Amino acid sequence: MTPQTTTTPDQGEVARICDAFQSDPHRMLDILRDVQDRFRWISRETIRTVAEKTALSEIAVEGVASFYAFLSQEPKGAVTIRLCDDIVDRFAGLPEVTEAFENELGIKIGETSADGAYSLEYTPCIGMCDQAPAAMINDIVLTALTPDKVREICEDLKGGKRPQDLVSHRFDDLTPYERAIRMVDNNIRHAGAVLLGTTPADAGLKKALDLTPHQIIDSIEASGLRGCGGAGFTSGRKWRFAAETPAERRVIICNADEGEPGTFKDRVLLTERPHLLIEGMTIAARAVGATEGIVYLRGEYVYLRELLQDVLDDRRARGLLGERIMGMAGFDFDVRLQLGAGAYICGEEGALISSCEGLPGEPKTRPPFPVTRGYLDLPTVVNNVETFCHAARIIDRGAEWFFEMGKKGSHGTKLFSVSGDCLNPGIYELPYGLSIRKLLELAGGEDAAAVLVGGPSGTMIARDTFHRELTFDDLATGGAIVIFSSNRNILEIVEYYMSFFVHESCGYCTPCRVGNVFLQKAVAKFRQGLANPADIEYLKDLSSTIIETSRCGLGMTSPNPILSTLENFPLIYSAMVKPSENRIRATFDIQSAIADARHLAKRRSHIFDKDFGE
Amino acid sequence: MTELPKARIATASLAGCFGCHMAMLDIDERLIELMTLVEFDRSPLTDIKTFTRRCDIGIIEGGCCNEENVHVLQDFRKNCDVLIGIGQCAIMGGLPAMRNAIMHSDEPLRECLEEAFINGRYIRNTTHNIPNDPALPLLLDEVYACAEVVEMDYNIPGCAPTGDVIFETLSKLLAGKFRGFERETIRFD
Ligand SMILES: Cc1cc2nc3c(=O)[nH]c(=O)nc-3n(C[C@H](O)[C@H](O)[C@H](O)COP(=O)(O)O)c2cc1C
Ligand code: SF4
Ligand code: SF4
Ligand code: FES
Repeated sequence: MTPQTTTTPDQGEVARICDAFQSDPHRMLDILRDVQDRFRWISRETIRTVAEKTALSEIAVEGVASFYAFLSQEPKGAVTIRLCDDIVDRFAGLPEVTEAFENELGIKIGETSADGAYSLEYTPCIGMCDQAPAAMINDIVLTALTPDKVREICEDLKGGKRPQDLVSHRFDDLTPYERAIRMVDNNIRHAGAVLLGTTPADAGLKKALDLTPHQIIDSIEASGLRGCGGAGFTSGRKWRFAAETPAERRVIICNADEGEPGTFKDRVLLTERPHLLIEGMTIAARAVGATEGIVYLRGEYVYLRELLQDVLDDRRARGLLGERIMGMAGFDFDVRLQLGAGAYICGEEGALISSCEGLPGEPKTRPPFPVTRGYLDLPTVVNNVETFCHAARIIDRGAEWFFEMGKKGSHGTKLFSVSGDCLNPGIYELPYGLSIRKLLELAGGEDAAAVLVGGPSGTMIARDTFHRELTFDDLATGGAIVIFSSNRNILEIVEYYMSFFVHESCGYCTPCRVGNVFLQKAVAKFRQGLANPADIEYLKDLSSTIIETSRCGLGMTSPNPILSTLENFPLIYSAMVKPSENRIRATFDIQSAIADARHLAKRRSHIFDKDFGE
Repeated sequence: MTELPKARIATASLAGCFGCHMAMLDIDERLIELMTLVEFDRSPLTDIKTFTRRCDIGIIEGGCCNEENVHVLQDFRKNCDVLIGIGQCAIMGGLPAMRNAIMHSDEPLRECLEEAFINGRYIRNTTHNIPNDPALPLLLDEVYACAEVVEMDYNIPGCAPTGDVIFETLSKLLAGKFRGFERETIRFD
């Protein structure tokens, strides 16, 4: 859609966008996304129109419009530039890149230029960690930015080029796949046997036709496959629960939200193995008896929308989706693409389902679990991209083949997204059970002082435990491996990740909404050398309160950057605390506490200014 | 029979409403019992303004909102063996700490004072000035809980704590038998 710079959205056009989705309130996110793309904002008037069309209250529409970072209730620039401000990007030169953008465009981060041409924003990890600093410019992605590149980009944009033209001057002639790989390098460093080696087209699906749904589930269970999205639930059992729940309709959802900072393996599968993914979903549909599927694609990966849409269309045309798949009577299954709009929490399966239902992306209370009551209260299987791809391969090659790889309890291969301070950032497909040290050798990251396994909600480990293994029982990970050299300040990293959780908490539970703010402030105190020895206990206490009283996995893991560094890097905390002197806190600085008042009152302190009256 | 020396207690009201001191008087007739065990040094109750000697116990009402509060609190820490915070103001900053909520301002203190003395809807301030007598202590940038300024040994929660809780806690402390609060005595819902 061509963005307009006009600031008053044409309500006839808004109504037409609603019509395109049959004014279905469950498609609210699609409607608002399209309005945002078209008019660059969602005005009060627009909210009224959409509410009327969908027969919802205005506040319900506004609830969605205000929830997602990519929807805006103020006019945004026709070109909106979103810079990833993750710690990895900061270490890779983000400050200079930001400065170059600010200078060239004459606006600061968070501002829109007066003529409505440009907006400049920060956004959390956009899944390009292996080529940081990275940015989204409307729907396209630019990576490995430098101040020089930025100056060129801005010149081109000001000279009238479209964001697409920055990718290639013949962008319009390229196929969706060519466009994607022009924008983003997939950096496959090691192809394993399951996913990134050769994968014969639809071989698994063909075999699935000859199996009963039961046999498919048995095979998936026997393979030992566990979810690759982070939680590691046994996939076969999940499918069985959904299959056994009596229902008229069942749903298969692919979680392609990939929001955990440092994770970008799904991006690579979506680009390189999209057919395998849909094949896996189709097999799952046959196994559990589902007719509907959704791929929930994070808003940051909108550059892959066309590619995936083409894959779906192509499969429909070839009878691999739709009615009577591969000619089999009664095997009906179709998939739609649901785009997110910039919210990490939407990776949590309950929130993801809310988002697909057109609601604000808030987690749901569990139980019921999605397998019994998920999307629109139907039994729903939610699996990660990688999990579905594995499933297709397992059905082709057999459960035993997969089970033999890896370690007991962690079978098969796993994609690791490696980024940070190493020579070869990118994707490594390796059997489970590899040690961190071995992975560091492969990636050229032997100088690492700290490795973050599983992203901020995972574990930060130190050099003395690099022998630990990548398995569900030791170091579990959805795939993120972020390497930090000894030049990096661990407390700076921890504080950044706490600010990430503060930003991404959906706000439903007070301990998560407020507690994470307190945790971040407490870490900031350590960084400034203003922490008491007692503050270490405070960090632990508050962390366990948040973990115990939060409703979803975000709050249950958000204190991990602090807890795992307290455990594995205790000295950095104890070195920063300032003990009291004669039981008077050395961390309370009276001079800075009265500085404002001194300035306002235009006089000095007769108690604390020693030279007072001299 | 030789009498044990009495424990010496000092008290101060910092940024509080004096409610906690009033609550100490709610000990009622048990005060007589208590006075056989303790004597008061510096305190608004005795009107003694400075320490006459080292004290066993210091009781603090209110947090720190100005430099004088800090000075007094540090003085208490230097002169008392055991320091007890009484009431939410001492423990967390309490009501006065509401001004800490002015966060999205470049000059929160100025904003607070202007609201309190000039702009507030119900202000009748004929001078239209913010008081600035040289005798007034300078305000702190925010209101601090006592434990942020000095180490505190015990806290008696409540706003204000009941006379019963205060009496119980002091008696047990004096007898060396204080082991924390029963949940029932300090729940307020
Ligand atoms: C805050 C939060 C974010 C999550 N983000 C993702 C994600 O981006 N991708 C994903 O596959 N799973 C994510 N999950 C895990 C999902 O809730 C769910 O467990 C997973 O999609 C199930 O698929 P799997 O069994 O194949 O791993 C997240 C969980 C939480 C609590
Ligand atoms: S734990 Fe946090 S993110 Fe999860 S539901 Fe509660 S407030 Fe929302
Ligand atoms: S705790 Fe309550 S009673 Fe005590 S000083 Fe504060 S406001 Fe007054
Ligand atoms: S894209 Fe910047 S860290 Fe992931």
